[in-house]
Amino acid sequence: MVEVTLKVNGKSVTKSVKGNTLMTEFLRDELRLTGTHVGCDTSQCGACVIHVNGEAVKGCTMFAAEADGAEVATIEGMASPDGTLSVIQQAFQDHHGLQCGFCTPGMVMSAAALLKDNPKPTEAEVRDYLEGNLCRCTGYHNIVKAIMAASGQDVSSIAAE
Amino acid sequence: MYSFEIGRPSTVADAVAALGKDEAQALGGGQTLIPTLKQRLASPETLVSLTGIAEMKGVCAEDGALSIGGGTNHATVAAEASAYPALAALAGGIGDPAVRNRGTIGGSLANNDPAACYPSAALASGATIVTNTREIAADDFFDGLFTTALEEGEIITSVRFPVPEAAAYMKFEQPASRFAMVGVFVAKYADGVRVAVTGGSEDGVFRWSAAEDALSANFSAEALDGVSVDADGMITDLHGSAAYRAHLIGVMTKRAVAAAQ
Amino acid sequence: MPKDHGIGASPKRREDVRFLTGAGNYTDDINVYGQAYVHFLRSDVAHGKITKIDTSAAADMPGVVRIFTGADFEGVGSIPCGWQVTDLHGEPMKEPAHPVLAQGKVRHVGDPIAAIVADSLEEARNAAEAIELDIEELPAVVDMKAALADGSALVHDDLGDNLCYEWGFVEDNRAAVDEAIKNAAHVTTLELRNNRLVANPMEPRVALGEYSRANDHSTLHTTSQNPHVIRLLMGAFVLGIPEHKLTVIAPDVGGGFGTKIFHYAEEAFVTFASKACNRPVKWTASRSEAFMSDAHGRDHVTKIELALDADNNFTALRCDTYANMGAYLSTFASSVPTWLHGTLLAGNYKTPLVYTNVKAVFTNTVPVDAYRGAGRPEATFQIERVVDKAARELGVDPIALRRQNFISEFPYATPVAVEYDTGDYVATMDKLEEIADLSGFAARRAESEKNGKLRGLGVNCYIEACGIAPSNLVGQLGARAGLYDAATVRVNATGSISVMVGAHSHGQGHETAFPQVVAEMLGIDESMVEIVHGDTSKVPFGMGTYGSRSLAVCGSAMVRATEKIINKAKKIAAHLMEASDADIELKDGQFSVAGTDKSVAWGDVTLAAYVPHNYPLEDIEPGLEETAFYDPANFTYPSGAYACEVELDPDTGKVTIERFSAADDFGNVVNPMIVEGQVHGGIGQGVGQALLENAAYDENGQLLSASYMDYAMPRADDLPFYTVDHSCQTPCTHNPLGVKGCGEAGAIGSPPSVINAVIDAMQSGGFKVDHMDMPASPGRVWAAMHG
Repeated sequence: MVEVTLKVNGKSVTKSVKGNTLMTEFLRDELRLTGTHVGCDTSQCGACVIHVNGEAVKGCTMFAAEADGAEVATIEGMASPDGTLSVIQQAFQDHHGLQCGFCTPGMVMSAAALLKDNPKPTEAEVRDYLEGNLCRCTGYHNIVKAIMAASGQDVSSIAAE
Repeated sequence: MYSFEIGRPSTVADAVAALGKDEAQALGGGQTLIPTLKQRLASPETLVSLTGIAEMKGVCAEDGALSIGGGTNHATVAAEASAYPALAALAGGIGDPAVRNRGTIGGSLANNDPAACYPSAALASGATIVTNTREIAADDFFDGLFTTALEEGEIITSVRFPVPEAAAYMKFEQPASRFAMVGVFVAKYADGVRVAVTGGSEDGVFRWSAAEDALSANFSAEALDGVSVDADGMITDLHGSAAYRAHLIGVMTKRAVAAAQ
Repeated sequence: MPKDHGIGASPKRREDVRFLTGAGNYTDDINVYGQAYVHFLRSDVAHGKITKIDTSAAADMPGVVRIFTGADFEGVGSIPCGWQVTDLHGEPMKEPAHPVLAQGKVRHVGDPIAAIVADSLEEARNAAEAIELDIEELPAVVDMKAALADGSALVHDDLGDNLCYEWGFVEDNRAAVDEAIKNAAHVTTLELRNNRLVANPMEPRVALGEYSRANDHSTLHTTSQNPHVIRLLMGAFVLGIPEHKLTVIAPDVGGGFGTKIFHYAEEAFVTFASKACNRPVKWTASRSEAFMSDAHGRDHVTKIELALDADNNFTALRCDTYANMGAYLSTFASSVPTWLHGTLLAGNYKTPLVYTNVKAVFTNTVPVDAYRGAGRPEATFQIERVVDKAARELGVDPIALRRQNFISEFPYATPVAVEYDTGDYVATMDKLEEIADLSGFAARRAESEKNGKLRGLGVNCYIEACGIAPSNLVGQLGARAGLYDAATVRVNATGSISVMVGAHSHGQGHETAFPQVVAEMLGIDESMVEIVHGDTSKVPFGMGTYGSRSLAVCGSAMVRATEKIINKAKKIAAHLMEASDADIELKDGQFSVAGTDKSVAWGDVTLAAYVPHNYPLEDIEPGLEETAFYDPANFTYPSGAYACEVELDPDTGKVTIERFSAADDFGNVVNPMIVEGQVHGGIGQGVGQALLENAAYDENGQLLSASYMDYAMPRADDLPFYTVDHSCQTPCTHNPLGVKGCGEAGAIGSPPSVINAVIDAMQSGGFKVDHMDMPASPGRVWAAMHG
C-alpha cells in the first residue's frame, strides 16, 4: 500500500492505495465518483478520460499511485456547484450529442481538453481529436456538432436539423 | 492484475537502484504495459514508475541534434520538437491525445512493438539511445519483436537524433488498433538517405536498403520505381496479406519522399 | 414553425442532465454491502472434453468464498431459446442443452467452465489460476458448410449432426420459383457473406445478484433491454423462481443494440450464487470477456438469384442461406434468419415469386443472435446488392431498375406472408435524389479523379418490419412469448403523472419522448409526466425494447391507458360540473362542457379522484390509474432510400465515406431530434459493418478479432456528417400514433449503399470487380482489385 494525496475536482484527498489500483478504480470505488466509466481493457474506448494536471488521460491506464500530488478533474466537477451545466455539457444536450450516456463523460472531458488548446477547431480537427473516444450510439454526428457549437461556431448549416 | 508494489523515484539513480530488486520492472507512460498487466501477461513484484523523474523529461536542440529525455511524453515531443518537424509530426500521430499525454519515447523504444512508430524514426535517423550506463546506436538497438539491446534494469534516459536535411514519416494505420500497418520514415542526411519501416515485417522495424541506395542516388519518389520489398517475411494477418504490406511499404515510402521534398 | 412541445416537437432530453454530470446509475455503479465478486474461468479452446476439474487447492486460496462448476448446476434448468422454428419437414428445430456452466464439454472459446466467488476480483482471478483443469481438445467446427458434411465433428454429440434446422419459406413456392428462374430472360446470381459482428455497446454487461433470506427474495440488477423477459426466462426456465420472489432491475443501460436482449448464463449464475453463498455476487465483464461471451450478430453465407424478364421486371427471387447459430441457441437466435429475414425478401419490389431456404448450423463459436436490424439487414443487403449487380449486367441505371419494380399500391400482400400497410417508395427515392444531390455526382467524381482517387456512388432502398407482432401470429410462427406491451398511467392527486412502461430506454430517449405523447393528449405540460421503466417491481409488465418496437407497441399501450384515463376523468369532470359525460371536452388541460362556459381544471379533477368528497362513488372508483396492454394488428413497415459516396485510394485500397444521405419514411414522428439521432447511430453502425467490423475466427475456432486492437470500431474520423430526412411520412394505419419505428433503419439501410459505392468506384477505375464481401477494409479492397 502507498499513501497518495491529490486534489480531485478541487478537493484534497489522502488515501492509502494498492500498487495495482488504477485511477478508474480509485475514483469509482474509493471516492464513489462513478461518472468515470470503463468500456474496454485495451486503452481505446476513452469512456474513462479524466484530466490530470490539466491534460486528458485515460484513467484506466494510469495507477492511482502515479497521481500523488496531482490535480485531477472528472466529469463530476464540470458543472457549476449550483448544477448549471458547462458550455460543453450544455452544447451536448442542445445538439443531442449523447444517447445512452456511457461514453459521454469521456467525450465531454476530451472535448474540454481540445477546446482548451484549440478554441475554434475545424470539423476535421474535432474528429481527429476524438480518435480515442468511441461512441456506439450517435454515429458521432451530433457529438462533433456539439463540440463545434460549444466552441462558439455556427453549426446551423450542418446537415440534418 | 496481479498484486505488486509501486515506487515512484525522482532520480535516475534511485530508479536504477529500485530496478535492481527481484522482479522489478520499469513503468514508463504505461500505455502498453498497463493493458498487458490487466491481461496478467506480466507479473512484476515491483513497478518502478519513471514518471516522476524530472531529469528524464524535455526536448533540447544542440549542435544539429535533438535530444529527448526518455520520459518525455509524445504530446511534448509533438509540441516541442520543432527542430525536427518530421519527428514532431510522428509523435503527434501516435495513438490518441490521451495516450500521447502519458506514453513516452523511452517506453516506446524499450518495448519495441513491431507496429510502433518511434522505432522507425530512431532507426532512420541513426539515433543514439542513451541509457544510464551507455550509448547504443539505433542500428544496434532493435533486436526483433519486443526485443532490444537493453539489459535488465537499464533505463533509456534520453535519445539523441541527428537532425536531417529533409525527412518525413508516413503511416498507414491498421483500421482497428490504429497502430502502423506500415509506417515508413525517410531521412536525408548529407552522407545519404536512411529508410526505416515499421509494422510490415515479422522481424520488427528494419532498414530498407534498396530504397536507401536508390534515394541516396536520387532523392525523388520516381527513384523508387521498380524498387520493391520482398513479401517474404512480411506479416500476414486479418488486416492484410504480406503482399499487401510489401506493396504499402513502396507506396508509403514514395509518399514520405514526396512529403520530405 | 416547428412545434415547441407535444408530438412533433424536439424538446431537449431530460435524461441528459444526469448523463452529462456523471450522475447516471449504470449497473456497475451499484455496489451493495457485503458483495462478493465472481470471475469466470472460461475455455481457451473452441471444442474439448473436460477430463479433469479439481478446485480443491483453489478453494483454499485467500478470499475465496466458493467455487462453482457445471456439477453445481445439475438439476438447474438450461438457458432457454425463446423461439421454436419448425423445419421444412414439419419437425421442431433441434435444441441443445445450454448449461449455466459447462458440463462435460466446452463448445466455444469463452464457454464458462467454473465460477470463482471471492471477496475481491483479484482473489477470484488468483484462485482461477489454481484450478486444475484438463481439457482434451477436439476438432473445432468453424466453417458452416464443412459442419454439415459427413464426418464433421459434432458440437452437440446427442443431436447427431450440426444442423439446427432447414427452413423453407414459402415452401409451396419453391418449385414455381425454380421454374421462373429457369425460364427467365436474365438471372443475376450473387454469393456473399454477411460478416459476423460484435454489437459492442460501450457499457459491457454487468450482473449483480442479491438474495434476501429474510423474505426469500432474489433481486438481479442487470444490463438488460427487457427486465421482464429476463425475469420470465430465468425465473421460470432456469432457476425455478416464481415472479413474486424475483425482481429484475435494469437501471441506466449503456446501449444494447440487441445483445442485451438475451438471457445470459452470468445473470442466472449471480442470482443462483447469491442464494447459495448468502451474499450479493457481482460480475462485471471486461471488454475482452464481452467479445467471447456477448452474443454476436449476422454471419450468414448466402447465394441469391434474381430472375428478370425481357423488360427487366423482377419475376422471381431465390435465397439460400447458411446461418451460424454458434455453439448454443441464444434467446432469439432461431428467429433471426427465418421470420426476421425470409419475410423481408420481397424488399420494396413487386417480385411475384420468392423462396428462401435457410440452414441453421451449430459451430464452435460464440452464439449468434439479433444485432441491430436482425435478419432485415441481411435481407436488405442481399436484395440491394443483387439488384445493383443486375443493373450493371443489364447496362441499365440502378435507380431506374429499382423504380421500375417498386411496389406502388398499398396495402400490398407480399409473396412472403406479410402485408405492407403503407409506404411510398417513389417519394423517398425522389427525396433521396434531391438531398444527396445525385446530379452533382459526376462533377465530384471528376474532382476526385483529379486528385488520383476513384469515386463511387451507391444507392439502395430498404423495407423493414418493426414492432414485431401480433402475438397470435408470432405464436403460430414459434415465438414462446407474446409480443404485446404494457403501460400503466398513474395520475397522482395533484395532477402529476407517472407512466410505468414495459419498454426500456438505453439511449432511445423514452424519458423525453413518451411524455410528449401523454402531455399532448391531456393538454398539460410535459414536465408533469415522468416515465418509470426498467424495474419489474415498479412496472406491471412489458416485453422490452428491441425491433424498433418501443413507440409503436409500448407507446400504443400508453396511448390506450391514457385514453382510459381521459374517459374516467371526463366522468369525474361531468360530475363536478353537473353535466353529461358525453358533453365533456378536454383541451389544454381544461375540462369544459360543450356549448357552455363551464370548466374545471385538470388538477381539480385529479384531486377529486383522490379526495372524493364530491364524487360519483356509486358509479366509479376513486383514484386515477389505468393500465393497458396493446397487441398490434400487424408489423409496421418503415422504408427508405439511402445514398453513399465514397472515395477510394487505388494505391492503398482505403475507402473514405465522403457523403451519406438517408431519406426515411417512419410514418408520424414524435421527436424529430431523437429520430434523427437514431438514424445517425444506425448509419454509423451500418458503415462500420460495411467498411470496418469483422469478427473472424481461425480454423481452430480462436477469435482473431477479440479486442479493439483487431475489431475495428467506427471512430469519429471514419465518418462524415450525414444528411437525413424523414419528411416523407405515410403513417402506419393500425396503431393509434401512426408511427413505424426508427431505431434499426440506419443499420439496415446503409451497408448495401456503401458496398454498391465501393464497387462503383472500383469499376470506374477499370477494376473488374462485381462484388466484394464486407468489410471493405483497405487490405480486402486492395486484394479484390488485384485478384
